[in-house]
Amino acid sequence: MKILVVDDFSTMRRIIKNLLRDLGFTNADEADDGQTALPMLKTGKYDFLVTDWNMPGMTGIDLLRAVRADDSLKTLPVLMVTAEAKRDQIVAAAQAGVNGYVVKPFTAAVLKEKIEKIFERIDS
Amino acid sequence: MAGPQDKGAVLTDFEETLSSQANRLVDHIQRGDFSGALGVISDLNETRDRTLYQEVGKLTRTLHEAIRNFNIDTGNEHSQEELSKISDASDRLAYVVDLTNKAANKTMDLVEESMPLAVATKDEAAYLKEAWGRLRRREMDPSEFRELYKRIDIFFADLTRNSDKVYENLSNILLAQDFQDLTGQVIQKVTKLVRDVEVNLVSLVVMAGKVDRITGTRHEVVEEVKNDSLGHGPQMNADKRTDVVSSQDDVDDLLSSLGF
Repeated sequence: MKILVVDDFSTMRRIIKNLLRDLGFTNADEADDGQTALPMLKTGKYDFLVTDWNMPGMTGIDLLRAVRADDSLKTLPVLMVTAEAKRDQIVAAAQAGVNGYVVKPFTAAVLKEKIEKIFERIDS
Repeated sequence: MAGPQDKGAVLTDFEETLSSQANRLVDHIQRGDFSGALGVISDLNETRDRTLYQEVGKLTRTLHEAIRNFNIDTGNEHSQEELSKISDASDRLAYVVDLTNKAANKTMDLVEESMPLAVATKDEAAYLKEAWGRLRRREMDPSEFRELYKRIDIFFADLTRNSDKVYENLSNILLAQDFQDLTGQVIQKVTKLVRDVEVNLVSLVVMAGKVDRITGTRHEVVEEVKNDSLGHGPQMNADKRTDVVSSQDDVDDLLSSLGF
């Protein structure tokens, strides 16, 4: 399982990578915004994308839309981990095809639950 | 800067003059006294110009005062930015970002260093517990016992060393939280500056509004386009607002109402 973690703050990327490692996902790469992430996703054969929303360059929602518009990536599971908390935004993310939405600040248990739920759905 | 009462006085005088002269103007026109009417118009113009000069003068003074309060050295074009408090505030906030970043990384370094120690201790304890059980059930041969004997010795030494290391890391994690004191002070200073700037800007807007009234200028208000896609960052007082979720449970409820 290869995971890409996208967040503009290196500390948040590190926290998420640590939590992923505790969940048994040891193969995770990092990108600091959508612009950096998209080419990595296209060539890197990732199985899962964890992204923030508010980032310079290309935002997480635009990255999600770009992923869904790309034939080779459109089925990639995407979990949004973000401080963006407006109802309209959550609806927009759902409409854009997000697989899970975690609001910051979050706990390890919430992240674990959402990731497990996403993979349960994919496996069933 | 003029006090709040005389700020309005000139304008009130002007408006009173305007309405009284308007009656005189109508009088003159009705009586067919056009040269008298034009005289009134010229008086009005003069009053308007005078009031306008006064208000523009005040606006300029307030503007200068505001600039002085922002500590911008208008005489020095090259170092304007360095000299302004706003730029100082940006530096201070950058310092907060830097300090919190360092503290977070230091904390994570220490946590990542401690975790394997805890795991190693736990794994070794699990092995020893199992071996100890076999010994008590007399299922252990002498060579294995000798091995266990040595391993327990090593375990106690490791346990002491690892515990010391974990304790040291924990106390360094504690110390790494000292940024809160420093960043708190910096943020309070910047907050005060923002408030001062706001007060200065508001008085400028009030002054400019008077000039607008005298000159009859109307500004078109462009409605701000709200763009969710760029992101808003963390929301304050989320629990008091209805357009914002205040917890992960709210997110889950919203998503499940959408069929997730």
